[in-house]
Amino acid sequence: MTAPAMHGGLRLAGNKKRSTQSALRIAAAPSQVVLPLDQHAGTAATPLVQVGERVLRGQPIAQPQGEISAWLHASIAGHVSAIELRPTPHRQQPAPCIVIDSDGSEESAAHEPVDVDRLDAVALCEHIAAGGMVGLGGAVFPTAPKLLLGRQADEVHLILNGAECEPWISCDDMLMRERAADILRGASILCRALSAARCSLVIEDDKPEAILAMQAAQSAAHPNIHVPNIDVRVVPTIYPAGGENQLVTTVTGLEVPSGGLPSDIGAICHNVGTAAAVARWIDHGEPLIRRIVTVTGSGVAEASNIEVVLGTSIADVIAQCGGYSGRVARLLMGGSMMGRALASDALPVVKASNCLVVALPTDLQPRGTEMPCIRCGNCSEACPAMLLPQQLHWFARAQDLPALDLHGLLDCIECGCCDHVCPSQIPLTQQFRDAKPALTAHRSAQAAATLARTRFEARDARLARLESERQAKLAERRKSVG
Amino acid sequence: MPWAQEALERPCTLVALDKIRFILWGRAQHDGQLTSMSPQFPTAAAPHVIAPNSVRRVMGLVLCTLVPAIVMHVIFFGAGILVQLLLGIATALAAEAFALRLRHRPLGAFLSDGSAIITGVLIAMCLPPLAPWWLIASGSAFAILLAKHLYGGIGMNPFNPAMVGYAVLLVSFPVQLTQWLPPPLADLQILRPSFSDSLYTIFMGHLPAHLTWDAITSPTPLNSLRTSLAMGHTMQEAQSGPLFGVLGGRGWEWINLALLIGGIWLLALRIIRWHIPVAMLAAMAIPAAILHVLDPGSYAGPLFHLTSGASMLGAFFIATDPVSAATSNRGKLIYGAGIGAITFVIRTWGGYPDGVAFAVLLMNAAVPLIDRYTIPRIYGHAR
Repeated sequence: MTAPAMHGGLRLAGNKKRSTQSALRIAAAPSQVVLPLDQHAGTAATPLVQVGERVLRGQPIAQPQGEISAWLHASIAGHVSAIELRPTPHRQQPAPCIVIDSDGSEESAAHEPVDVDRLDAVALCEHIAAGGMVGLGGAVFPTAPKLLLGRQADEVHLILNGAECEPWISCDDMLMRERAADILRGASILCRALSAARCSLVIEDDKPEAILAMQAAQSAAHPNIHVPNIDVRVVPTIYPAGGENQLVTTVTGLEVPSGGLPSDIGAICHNVGTAAAVARWIDHGEPLIRRIVTVTGSGVAEASNIEVVLGTSIADVIAQCGGYSGRVARLLMGGSMMGRALASDALPVVKASNCLVVALPTDLQPRGTEMPCIRCGNCSEACPAMLLPQQLHWFARAQDLPALDLHGLLDCIECGCCDHVCPSQIPLTQQFRDAKPALTAHRSAQAAATLARTRFEARDARLARLESERQAKLAERRKSVG
Repeated sequence: MPWAQEALERPCTLVALDKIRFILWGRAQHDGQLTSMSPQFPTAAAPHVIAPNSVRRVMGLVLCTLVPAIVMHVIFFGAGILVQLLLGIATALAAEAFALRLRHRPLGAFLSDGSAIITGVLIAMCLPPLAPWWLIASGSAFAILLAKHLYGGIGMNPFNPAMVGYAVLLVSFPVQLTQWLPPPLADLQILRPSFSDSLYTIFMGHLPAHLTWDAITSPTPLNSLRTSLAMGHTMQEAQSGPLFGVLGGRGWEWINLALLIGGIWLLALRIIRWHIPVAMLAAMAIPAAILHVLDPGSYAGPLFHLTSGASMLGAFFIATDPVSAATSNRGKLIYGAGIGAITFVIRTWGGYPDGVAFAVLLMNAAVPLIDRYTIPRIYGHAR
């Protein structure tokens, strides 16, 4: 079956070979870890431990707050040396973190493996939540709430994201090559938790090894796997094919409604890394305390994929990959299109850290002098959300919120395609990101105003009705008296 | 699902984090840990890789694709166009520099973006090769100063500056704009001014003593057709003169073909998209074809329209100016079709032999309306 073509998108230099030449490496255990309480989408977790307390590897140290939140576990055994604000790679402002100093022991908290078949689906979702599972593709949306959302759909289609469309990142590629069985096992658990009817795995066609590995693992699959038939979809390498909406449309042919979620049309996307982490938690009792990080870029001596304990300092990870080679022009967490530029390497690896790009000037094509927009339309051609960025740019400059709303600013997925092709070198994505909060506020203000107006009109109508009833009664009484 | 959205939107869910942050922030400040850190690496907003493209490159490529047409122009109408081009570019750049200085804008980046050069070149290509120097100079200066910078410079002008400049000349100096040279054809029996005569004419504003306008000029094919038809000739008679070639006017048909090639080149380079030129040429050719079939004696055929006057220049190089054109693909189709149709109407029933400039300006004025009603469907929105 041919996938429906995604609107727009870009064919970019993937730069993935650099980090896929060597096998997956395991990083040495760090002497200290820094674990932010808010390293997932939603509400930050609240600490369960005190400073000075001894914790075991895998022990829960912070519990979720509210519906969209996640558990956090100690990634090494040791003593809690601080609970304080620290700079993190995923937030502008310092975030509350639990700092654990290693005591050198390998002691782990006991989590019993779970027999999936014995649990009902909702209990399974709850158990997955207890593992601190979040989406490992970079968006870190807590896994369990997503599963529960998916369960509300009539028929669920689980879509595993192995597209990995961002330049430089190859952690999912390496995971699929080396741990295909884990992914399949995770997929079967997720299918069971979702009561999914179908399961697809999307891989871009620039990862032939991963495609082969997944197909081979599937043919050798254990009978324990609930969904024997994962439909492996090979899609063209066009950024951002791995964006959640793009993925859903590619697989189902349906569009995620504006302002809605994939579950609204019966689709749930999980990253392959999340699936593997879920399998490890269910079958081996290991919560989410480590992840694979792609360390790449021309500025690192030994580019590779390396499995890192969460909370390890980025400087430490880069040192284990041979350290810096050359004058670093930028240190990115994520890829070159959506990644964050880090001001320092004294930051911890978090659940969202899929990739570290140590970029030399040759790896970057920085923005030139910004010129006025000439409305050439390259941006609207590249936009996967089918927006008109040249118009949004104009309205954002004019702070024309109704026009921004009409032109779909909130449907922008901030993929950066418009920036990339702009001959005027306008930082469009940044501008749109900055304008969104104002529009959201405007929308809720408008909603409040509409509500107030409806109430006012209803009150007016009610008063008018009462008055007319009163008059009618009065007239009737007069008549009867008369 | 509603509970999830509510949870995400409810401001009180942020309170817990803010409280922690607040308490810890005080402590951290007390400990002096968060004193200003100097960044170890330079940072910037994503994306970090931008395609190597620039306004200068876009404008430069547009200029390159005009070269075949300029060559044809020189072959058929002499080297006067080269002088006009130089004058147009020089005036446009001078006017641009002057306006930038007045507006306190950086000269370097904007002068070198190539947009002023294009304006000067496009006006020069519309003028007769022996037009006096002040014609091109005033047209270019008007285009840059009034049509471009009064509206805010590059990217801000609602009207195509070159067409504003040309239209001003067309209404102000109609005589000078009709003094076209004929193509150098033996059977035309017309004197050909030398290059030095051309220079003399352009800069002195009148012909050297041994030449007269009647001896060296001829009307453009569109103009001649119009006069002939007005005199009661049939289309066949009107098109039988030596000015007319296989498709359109002699010389003109070659220039238009060269512009078509340049236009296809621009399409291949993805500087322009097909919507505007195709819509414009179709909207010109289809009514021409219908009327020509119905009444071949009174109406010129579609090929004549396509290869005459500023059809191709307008379709590929003027109407496609993105700043003043419609935005969405559907809008571009409407905009282009409007230009084609208005051009056809002006040529056929209007008071001017060609109408591309006025058609472009009229449709420029309609762009905000077109844009308002042709917003494309956004991903995830109902059809």
